[in-house]
Amino acid sequence: MNLFFWVILPYITVTILVLGLLVRYNFDQLGWSARSTEIFEKRQLKWGSLLFHWGILAAFVGHVVGILIPIAVYHGLGISNEMYHRGAILLGGMAGLAALIGLVILTVRRLTHPRLRRHTSFADWLTTVVLLVVIGLGDWITLGHNLYATPFEYRTTVGPWFRGLFVFSPHAYLMTGIPLVFKIHIVASYVFWMIFPFTRLVHIISVPFAYLRRAPILYRSRLRYRPQS
Amino acid sequence: MKIKAQVCMVMHLDKCIGCHTCSVTCKNTWTNRPGTEYIWFNNVETRPGVGYPQEWENQQRYRGGWTLRNGKLTLRAGGPATKLANIFYNPDLPALDDFYEPWSYDYDALINSPQQKIQPVARPFSSITGEWMDTPKWGPNWDDDLAGGPEIAARDPNLKHLQEHVAMEFESAFMMYLPRICEHCLNPSCVASCPSGAIYKREEDGIVLVDQDACRGWRFCISGCPYKKVYFNWNTHKAEKCNFCYPRIEAGLPTVCSETCVGRIRYIGVILYDADRVREAAQVQNEKDLYPAQLSVFLDPFDPTVIEEARRAGISDAWIDSAQRSPVYLLALKWRVALPLHPEYRTLPMVWYVPPLSPMLTVMPNSERVGPMDIFPTIDQMRIPVEYLASLLSAGDTQVIRTVLGKLWAMRVHMRHHKTGEEVPNQLYHDIGMPAEELERMARLLAVAKYQERYVIPTAERGADPDLVYVQGACSLESIAPVEGFIPSVSVNKPQ
Repeated sequence: MNLFFWVILPYITVTILVLGLLVRYNFDQLGWSARSTEIFEKRQLKWGSLLFHWGILAAFVGHVVGILIPIAVYHGLGISNEMYHRGAILLGGMAGLAALIGLVILTVRRLTHPRLRRHTSFADWLTTVVLLVVIGLGDWITLGHNLYATPFEYRTTVGPWFRGLFVFSPHAYLMTGIPLVFKIHIVASYVFWMIFPFTRLVHIISVPFAYLRRAPILYRSRLRYRPQS
Repeated sequence: MKIKAQVCMVMHLDKCIGCHTCSVTCKNTWTNRPGTEYIWFNNVETRPGVGYPQEWENQQRYRGGWTLRNGKLTLRAGGPATKLANIFYNPDLPALDDFYEPWSYDYDALINSPQQKIQPVARPFSSITGEWMDTPKWGPNWDDDLAGGPEIAARDPNLKHLQEHVAMEFESAFMMYLPRICEHCLNPSCVASCPSGAIYKREEDGIVLVDQDACRGWRFCISGCPYKKVYFNWNTHKAEKCNFCYPRIEAGLPTVCSETCVGRIRYIGVILYDADRVREAAQVQNEKDLYPAQLSVFLDPFDPTVIEEARRAGISDAWIDSAQRSPVYLLALKWRVALPLHPEYRTLPMVWYVPPLSPMLTVMPNSERVGPMDIFPTIDQMRIPVEYLASLLSAGDTQVIRTVLGKLWAMRVHMRHHKTGEEVPNQLYHDIGMPAEELERMARLLAVAKYQERYVIPTAERGADPDLVYVQGACSLESIAPVEGFIPSVSVNKPQ
């Protein structure tokens, strides 16, 4: 069971993610979009979207800090475990709450505006539900579990296991003792990555950083321009 | 010098009767799909009025186009870094209600009605939600023919400059039509606003197009265009815009809006311009200098060095010949009676307008005719205020408008003397700076020109075409269009 959840399932997830993205990128450029609904409703979107997106970006940085950076680095920098967790709960909690509040606003908006409800696809609802579960659990971990119980030291368990996935030597035993909420949060996030290629979520990998460096006016030659396909 | 060619348009507003045929034929050709019901690549506005979308000229609100910041040309809504910071919510984006909520009618109720005492009614229903919409509140030309009255017409952003001067009273009311398509600008702010680099200007003919594969739906082009001529398709979640009917242009045919224009107000022709000088022209300090600056970017197609340089740039002789016979060249550059729409947006627009004259005898009390030398004193009393036209077409420079209206009126005086034998003093030709022969040529182009004179469009080179046998009968929108047998807006969205 451990082997399935912490070794087999992650790799299945990555496989679906990568293959799904490749297929979608090659065969569905026309459907590849941020699927904005701002034209239908602006006022609630402003709060919902800004809180959600900035919150989730901050939460992403928090995950890098907590999971990807080994605990030894913090010890080397002289950051004590207590200091780390206090910071993680404060900043992570703020980010997580912002993301959750934003997402709730966006969900309510989708449910209450007839224009939006009429044009919400199954994939949109699925994305919303999965995000609500993943973010809700994440907030519970940070603000419920870690704040009221003793902070769980994921930097010696989840962290090394996750990094192990990248070098193809994941140790499932690291995950045996972790609290159940963590386990559900992680498995739910597998679902997130599995549906990623087939939903609006693909817009994340289209963040147009190249815009910062390109010429303002673009010309294309009708005769000499050929798309790759 | 980097010579490029552009296929561009002039509309003669004196001849526009406001029939909306251009809008309807354009819609039937390009935007009759789900997601585009509210989109009119071509629309006709009654002026003064709020336009479509409402108050699109209010750049304090929509922040489209370019502006000078410390003498440097920048997008009014901010450059790339600002755009990325605003990517989760675009504060300047017009919403559907700024355009209108599109609707259709329940025609079945008429066809399937049983015999009854009262006439059956086709109730309107929203094309977006499918719900009944018994009182549509706004439409694409809701205030057509000033029907919105003084309340709506007074919201015209162009009236802000002349509020005290023009009261919207019945006695002094004025009206004109303004048909609008994408301007296919030389310095397009939609292109510069697109984070994905999906919008581009074609090198060969200057048409500005959205690459539907590359568009990611970030929507900055829509707010970035000061003319609000890029639209969001809510079905595909991508931007769409007027494409100058490029498949027709490539075949040497005019756009659908031009082809079907009842008043024959539209002219299409080639202009040669120097792409290296575009930025410099868009960057001039004084807004009133933008019109002459744009003229200076255009090149004389008869100049031997220009011809040589154009050939070197790969422009074929057919295109150079078309540029020499171009009605746009004559109206915009040679006779200078066509003017750009809102040059102060600094996009160097390429759809130009010949301003309308107003009825003249009404401004000459106790007079049965207007003498040849009454022109210039009378222009300032015309029904459509010169200031209003200047706000639309010359960044507020009324002298430009006076000169153009003077030429148009002098042309009429000159042509009248053929019939009446009335003396036309030489002073008139001197005042307007055009000899009699040129006025006669202009009268022909503006009044009687035939299809081949109004539309001088060289066909595109065929080298880029893929396997023509394979693509024949195919539609470029095929994969985003609904399945066959689907009747948009009527069969699907109709309430149960």
